[in-house]
Amino acid sequence: MLELQGLTRRFGAVTAVDDVTLRVSNGQMLGVIGRSGAGKSTMLRLINRLAEPSGGRIMFEGTDVTALRGKALRDWRTCAAMIFQQFNLVQRLDVLTNVLVGRLNHRGTLSSLLKLFTAEERALAIRTLDRFDLAEAALQRADTLSGGQQQRVAIARALLQEPRILLADEPIASLDPRNGRVVMDALRRINREDGLTVICNLHTLDTARAYCDRIVGMAKGRVVFDGAPAALTAHMVREIYGMTEDELAEAEAVTSTSVGTLRDPALAIA
Amino acid sequence: MTVATLASPIPRMLAAWEGQRRARRTATLFYTAVMLACLLLAALVSEVRPATLAAGLPRIGEYFWLILPTLRWETLFYGVKVEGSLAFWMYRLDAWALLMLETSQMAALATLMGSAAALVLCFPASRNLMPLAPVTFILVRRFLELFRTVPDIVYALILVWAFGVGPLAGILAIALHTTGALGKLFAEAVENADRRPVDGVRASGGTWLHAVRFAILPQVLPNMLSYALLRFEINVRGASVIGFVGAGGIGQELYTVISFNYYEEVSAIVALIILTVSAIDLVSERLRFRVIGAR
Repeated sequence: MLELQGLTRRFGAVTAVDDVTLRVSNGQMLGVIGRSGAGKSTMLRLINRLAEPSGGRIMFEGTDVTALRGKALRDWRTCAAMIFQQFNLVQRLDVLTNVLVGRLNHRGTLSSLLKLFTAEERALAIRTLDRFDLAEAALQRADTLSGGQQQRVAIARALLQEPRILLADEPIASLDPRNGRVVMDALRRINREDGLTVICNLHTLDTARAYCDRIVGMAKGRVVFDGAPAALTAHMVREIYGMTEDELAEAEAVTSTSVGTLRDPALAIA
Repeated sequence: MTVATLASPIPRMLAAWEGQRRARRTATLFYTAVMLACLLLAALVSEVRPATLAAGLPRIGEYFWLILPTLRWETLFYGVKVEGSLAFWMYRLDAWALLMLETSQMAALATLMGSAAALVLCFPASRNLMPLAPVTFILVRRFLELFRTVPDIVYALILVWAFGVGPLAGILAIALHTTGALGKLFAEAVENADRRPVDGVRASGGTWLHAVRFAILPQVLPNMLSYALLRFEINVRGASVIGFVGAGGIGQELYTVISFNYYEEVSAIVALIILTVSAIDLVSERLRFRVIGAR
C-alpha cells in the first residue's frame, strides 16, 4: 500500500501540494483530476521523489520513502516508475536504448555506462515493445516516432524497471484522441495484466471515468474529492473545476484530448 | 455586466502596444548613446588618434611591399637557382613543410587533449546539472576561466622554462587554453540541452552519470564536435605563433626570418600557413557535415 501523509510542497509563497493524505491499495487504477495548476503533477513528482516535499511523508509497504537517500532512493524511483506528458525520451537515441534506460539501476555503473546490457535484458526490451506493437521500430531513432508511439515506448521503458507502481503524469494531454485511447488502453492493460498500481493524472473527466477504479479530485493543492467514478456528482465537478460539467466539456473540446470510451470491452471495469 | 467589460479591448491594446513601442525606442536610443560615449572614452584612454592612424597606415602597406616576393612570369616555373621563380621564393620548402607538419601535429594533439579535458569538466560546469553542488559549479567555472584568460603564449613561456625548448611546451600550452575555451562552450551547450530526458532517466532510478551519458551527451555531441573542429583551426594559427617563444613548430622559423628581415622568406612562410589552415578548414568542414548530416 502507498500512503501519503500530510504531503505538502511549497514553491515560495505558493503551496502547490497542500496537506494531501491518501491511501492507495496495490493494484488500483487511480485517476487524479483537476484544473491546470491544481498540484497534480507536483504530487506525482513528489511520489517519485523527483521533487522534495516541504512537509509530510510518503510510506510504501511500511518504508518511509521520504527518508531514502542514494542507492535506496534510486531503488525507490525504479519501483515507482514514471511516464510524462512530453514522453521524456532521448530523441537522438534508438528506441531500444531508450527502453533499456529502464534497466540502468539494475546494472553496475560501468557496464550500464558502456551500454552493456545482457541478452535477457535486450530480449525483454523487444518483448515489451512487442506488447505495444512497436517491436519493428526498435532500431529507429525515437524522434522518428509519432507521439502515441513515443508514449508507448515510455511505458515500455517504465515496465523494464520492473516497478510496483506506475505514475503517469498527463500521459495523453499531448496526443490526439485516437492515440490517447491507445495509450490509456495500454495503461489499463498493465494495470490488469501485470497488477501494477497506476496513478494517472488526467485533464479530462470522461477519460478518468472510463478507465479508473477510483478518482481523486484536486483543487489548489488540496484533495477535494476521493471516491468511485459514480460518486462524482455535478456538485463535486463544480467544486474541482469551478465550473459545470457542460462548461468544462466546452472548454475541453478546444483544449484537450478526451478519451471517453474503452476500445476493448474486456478491459472494462467489472 | 459593467460598461467597462463591454468596451472593446482593441483600442486599449493598440494604445498599450504604441506605448510599449515608444518605450522600447527610447531605450534603444539611450543605450546607443551610452555605447557611443563608452567607445569614445575607450579610444581616448587607449590613445587611438586619427592622426596616428593616418600616419601609420601607409607603413603597413610598406611592409607588405617589402615582403612581397619578386616573381617574374617568364621564369615562374623555373628551378630553384633562377631568380623570379616560385621555387626560388620557396627555396626551403622541404624544411618549412616539415615544420608546418609539426605545427599541425601540435595543434591536433593539443585540440584532442584539450577537448577531452573540456568534455570531463563541462558537466560539473553546467548550472542545470549541478543544482545541489553550487560550490563545485563555481569552482570549475573559475578554473576554466583561468585556463582561457591567460594567453597561451604566457603558458608557453612558463612551460618552455619547465620542459625546455620544443613542441611539448607548445602542445601543453595550447591544450590548457583549449580546455578553458571549449569547457565554457561545451558547458553552454549542456545548459541549452532539453531537460526532459534528464527527468526521464532520473525518474527511472538512473544516477547523475547515467543522466549525463544517456540524456545529455546524445543531445550535445554534434555541437561539441563542431566546436572542437573550429578550435582545431584556431589552434593551427595559435601553434604557428607559439613557436616565437621557442615552443616548436614553424613559429620559431617565422620569428627568425622576421627578426633578420629576410623579407621574402616571411611572405613564403605566411603563405604556407594560410594554405595549411585553408586545407584544414576544407577537410574539417567535410568531416563535420558527414558526422552531423548522417545522424
